[in-house]
Amino acid sequence: MNVGLFIPCYVNQFYPQVAIATLELLEKFNCKVGYPLKQTCCGQPMANSGYEKLAQSCNELFTDNFAEYDYVVCPSGSCTLHIKDHLHSSKNETASTSIQHKVYELTEFLVDVLKVENIEASFPYRVGVHQSCHGQRGLHTSQMTELVAAPYSKGDFLLQKVKGLELIALDRMDECCGFGGTFCVVEESVSVKMGKDRVTDHEKHNVQVITGGDMSCLMHLEGILKRKKSNITVKHIAEILNSEL
Amino acid sequence: MNSREKILTAVKMNQPAMQQLPDEEAIAVIQYEDKLAQFTTVLKTIGGNVVPINCIDEIVDFVKNNFSDSQNYVTTLSELDGIAMLDEKLDAHFLENIEVAVVKALFGVAENGSVWLTDAEVKIRALPFICQHLAVVLQKNDFVNNMQEAYKITGKSDYNFGVFIAGPSKTADIEQSLVLGAHGPKTMTVFVLDN
Amino acid sequence: MSSINAKHPELAEAFNKDEARVDWHDETLWWIRQKRDKAAWTIPEWEVLRETASAIKNNVLSNMHEYLVEFEAKARANGIIVHWAADGKEHNEIIHAILQENKVSQIVKSKSMLTEECGLNEYLAKNEIDVVDTDLGERIVQLANEHPSHIVLPCIHWKKEEIGELFHQHLNTPKGNADPQFLTNAARIHLREKFLTRRIAITGVNFAVAETGEFVVCTNEGNADMGAHLADVHIACMGIEKIIPQRKHLGIFLRLLARSATGQPITTYSSHFQKPNAGQVMHIVLVDNGRTVQLGREDFRNSLKCIRCAACFNTCPVYRRSGGHSYHTAIAGPIGAILAPNLDMKKYADLPFASTLCGSCSNVCPVKIDIHNQLYKWRQEITEEGYSPKTKTVAMKVMAAILSKPAVFNFAGKAGRWVMKYLPFVVNNKLNPWYKQRDMPAPPKQSFTEWYKKNRK
Repeated sequence: MNVGLFIPCYVNQFYPQVAIATLELLEKFNCKVGYPLKQTCCGQPMANSGYEKLAQSCNELFTDNFAEYDYVVCPSGSCTLHIKDHLHSSKNETASTSIQHKVYELTEFLVDVLKVENIEASFPYRVGVHQSCHGQRGLHTSQMTELVAAPYSKGDFLLQKVKGLELIALDRMDECCGFGGTFCVVEESVSVKMGKDRVTDHEKHNVQVITGGDMSCLMHLEGILKRKKSNITVKHIAEILNSEL
Repeated sequence: MNSREKILTAVKMNQPAMQQLPDEEAIAVIQYEDKLAQFTTVLKTIGGNVVPINCIDEIVDFVKNNFSDSQNYVTTLSELDGIAMLDEKLDAHFLENIEVAVVKALFGVAENGSVWLTDAEVKIRALPFICQHLAVVLQKNDFVNNMQEAYKITGKSDYNFGVFIAGPSKTADIEQSLVLGAHGPKTMTVFVLDN
Repeated sequence: MSSINAKHPELAEAFNKDEARVDWHDETLWWIRQKRDKAAWTIPEWEVLRETASAIKNNVLSNMHEYLVEFEAKARANGIIVHWAADGKEHNEIIHAILQENKVSQIVKSKSMLTEECGLNEYLAKNEIDVVDTDLGERIVQLANEHPSHIVLPCIHWKKEEIGELFHQHLNTPKGNADPQFLTNAARIHLREKFLTRRIAITGVNFAVAETGEFVVCTNEGNADMGAHLADVHIACMGIEKIIPQRKHLGIFLRLLARSATGQPITTYSSHFQKPNAGQVMHIVLVDNGRTVQLGREDFRNSLKCIRCAACFNTCPVYRRSGGHSYHTAIAGPIGAILAPNLDMKKYADLPFASTLCGSCSNVCPVKIDIHNQLYKWRQEITEEGYSPKTKTVAMKVMAAILSKPAVFNFAGKAGRWVMKYLPFVVNNKLNPWYKQRDMPAPPKQSFTEWYKKNRK
């Protein structure tokens, strides 16, 4: 199983520990993981801002980098969804279409492809899960509360296997954190208010660590937590699943 | 080209390729074991009242005991002795002081506590809206499970005006506080006749 | 308030100055979203209903010409006078002409967001016609000289004490009385007088049935009926997209509408108008006002499926924390953000960006409009048409240049980390909008690529 590791641009630059955890976790499950050194970004920041056309060079670079792999795995729901929905190469359409069908967010890869049964990790903390929107509603990594449908969560399924971890229920299970890409600066006041409200929900339930599948959401929440000098920390789900026993 | 032509031409030009209607008959629609019980539960939560009766005359006593302005009770049901018959030739504006209006409804809908009636039942369209308190009479067997069943009945009828009424008039426009009796009736009573 | 050209970000910022009020607005609307959820869960076939309603509306879009022609013929045969208005101005003129013909200068109007869209009240006021909005929430904003901030709950942004004060000024209720029951009763008396004395009533239309030529008006208060049945002339105003094929389809839509809007199983009144009352004249005005253009937009035509329930408003985390007036358009919220750019792309270029694309709206929509996908697509369209600020285009081009070249990307990341570590004041200042209320992430020693090269290659 030849897995190409796709690391979001801001994780690469600012949260390398999440990428390291993802790599180590996949290797623990016997994946042969390659990391294309020339990767940069999926193009979502430009595309979501209305500049889809400017993202085309990112599309070509992405296709070149990842064409050869059986699976492409990424510790980010929103980047994965963007590739799935929008990747298109004018030079090699076959390759880009193929990638769209073999790109996975980390938790969905672990649950649906690797069919992981055990996680050898220990994280004895009260953990609140932030359900990042694009993973949840776009990739169906967990059930959304909008639908009259049976609940499930791939991330929670995995976290429940971590020793000592206490999953905490929140008041609003799947409300957006307010990051939204350039939204976080274009609509700063609403963005921050949304983030503050998410933080309050976790605080109210005595959460010690906020986790989730997208570092962008966690980066935004962390910015608010640090500003108010909170004791709550954030950790990407890859880091928790990869934590030492 | 007048506006009608302009609009219809633009619609014809811009509408997409035909998409067929779905078969709504294929839906497994909710059924209730006891339609009247479900109707009663729902109507109570939306501020209405269900009163089971065995004989239509019980309505007269109920109305006299529960409402206070006996000069202004009116009904469209000739069977009701003791409540004045509505003068159908009246201008609707003169109904302003009607305290209680008792009319017949055609059926009730269990899923939402509503009753269906038409201008044939109320005679004057404004009556069930302008009265201070509304009462309708239904037979015990005249209940359907849901709206899709309801339209199987009304679908065949040729009314001039018809309305589903679910409880008393209400609003929650002031800070989401529910208030009964917005512009229409302040209460609604459904008499269910078990013949 | 702000200038006439103020956009969503500035208006939302002003709204957020009073945090306690934002919390109150947000919690109220979230509570309504929860009521909707509770109501949906009482219907096991809820998701099938949504799919069916969506499919019916898809059929309507694809056969609208036939349905409109059929409706007109049947309505006419029923004795209803049918008018066609290409735009809002013509709609207003048609209504004005009917009023003049009847020598009427005072009317009552029940809720019609279409009339808001067309600016009817302002138009009639200029022509010395007095319009009283009879929906309690609409009357409140009318007395306050405001527009509704929500298409179903017009004064959701008003607190009861404020309404009490407003009624004290306009209806002479006792000062300081903020009891909803008391105030509603005062409005009942005040508006009953209008119903009884005014000869012409305007209503909206929730659904118009092509098969039978009838139309349906849904209210909780009964104000549409009080107006219509006491008037000599009833004028119904309708966007052409409100047409549905057959009467039985009402069985689907009326199961979804109120549950989606407020969590009620059905509105108190669902009034079916097929023929005018004896001695009464009934008009219906069919309005285009940009709908045929939207119908021709492949990416956006599904927005015309909307049944105006506002479930998308109630679930939207941005709407709840910015309020309807931040959208500076008659129909606010997520649906407004995909309808308005069709009317004026320049004026409403900001609206599709007032979203994180979280997708909640699309999943509560009873007719399955892909709202969040349309928001994304409007962003591309608006940028293509040149309505994006020049500074943004420059920034995006720079970003694209960096992100398309691995060496530049890696260098830029390294440079950024260095600046954040050694010259933090360069980013930790007022010019950085992120920094206003959030700390920046701590710069790591190296990127993952650098780590990988050192540790794995």
